[in-house]
Amino acid sequence: MTRSPAAEPNEESVYAGLVDVDGDASQWAFGAGFDDPLAGVDTTVPAGLDRTDLAAYCLMLGDDALVLAQRLAEWCSRAPELEEDVALANISLDLLGQARLLLARAAAADPRSVPELPPDSPVPAEDALALFRDPGGFRNVALAEIPNGDFAQSSLRLLLFSVWRLALLERLRASADPVLAAVAAKGVAEVAYHRDYAARWTVTLARGTAESRRRTRAGAEAVWPHAAELFAADPVELRMAGAKAGVSPEEVRPACEEVLEEVLAAADLPRPDLAAPTRVRGRAGEHTPALAALLAEMQSLAREHPRGTW
Amino acid sequence: MDTETPGAADWPLYEVFVRGKRGLNHVHVGSLHAADDQMALRRARDVYTRRNEGVSVWVVRSALITATSPDEKDPMFAPSGDKVYRHPTFYTVPDDVPHM
Repeated sequence: MTRSPAAEPNEESVYAGLVDVDGDASQWAFGAGFDDPLAGVDTTVPAGLDRTDLAAYCLMLGDDALVLAQRLAEWCSRAPELEEDVALANISLDLLGQARLLLARAAAADPRSVPELPPDSPVPAEDALALFRDPGGFRNVALAEIPNGDFAQSSLRLLLFSVWRLALLERLRASADPVLAAVAAKGVAEVAYHRDYAARWTVTLARGTAESRRRTRAGAEAVWPHAAELFAADPVELRMAGAKAGVSPEEVRPACEEVLEEVLAAADLPRPDLAAPTRVRGRAGEHTPALAALLAEMQSLAREHPRGTW
Repeated sequence: MDTETPGAADWPLYEVFVRGKRGLNHVHVGSLHAADDQMALRRARDVYTRRNEGVSVWVVRSALITATSPDEKDPMFAPSGDKVYRHPTFYTVPDDVPHM
């Protein structure tokens, strides 16, 4: 990253460093001095890797992030505190960033996975995947799509999701697909923070007042039944794990159990049963009714203005 | 209302200092309410370092800062107004000396 010399000396505020970097106004949307997570990464699909499986796998991990990002965005202007509002929006944007990279990878690996739009459509492939697929085409786990509930329930969902995703991403850093490895490397630091955030609130609320304890326990009852699905491997995940490009979710169960045990013991909350029979198989396109409503809201604007550019 | 739950208005106020780049000083960027020091630090990270600005964050309870009051302004600062010799300004700084 090159910086103009004017940005270096005599900073009066930490934000002064953002002004006049490259003299580009877009810095206010994207910040300054950011690293491209795919800089220097060879984006060709490695020989021997099944492109259809790679695309399907990227859709799974991308849809998990996209759908939960949308759920977290629903907290905007509604969180209990301004600071939590900003924190949840940050987490949402982290996940949206991961989703963008993963959906773009899915489109590059297998263009047939992208919904067909008119040839002169201005919509990029990852946006077409996010905004022009119907619920049955989504491959996210149900945990990502269930409604927010109250702040306690949202914290528990984020805890379970982050514990699981962090375990997956840590192992995905060694993926045979260089793009998946780069996305995972970027995501590990992000999701580690999400996990810390959710774990702190879980313990704080569970050990807080009688009312916060009651709400946290009710949240656990609503969220825990969706835990087992996270560790039920889909054939695509198993084949990708076999090709050393993916991670079998069965493999991360002991590590997740250990982390959850630690947090939930501190919170004095019941543990989820990670080996229970799975109710919904989101990896196969099965979803709760909540997903259709979520997508209707997320996709309505883009679908109303398919030629819009943003 | 649950009278057992203290609202954020009852939480102490913290001042937030962020160091933007290695080698520069921490700078005051704002304040926030938090229940304890750790929550203050995490909220400061979320609220004040969203765009890659920070490499280090300090938080301190506002109540712990001893500050000059506006009433003291004249006795504290006015006498230094005419004492230009207190600053080393009577030589030229070479162009290639940074951070002056």
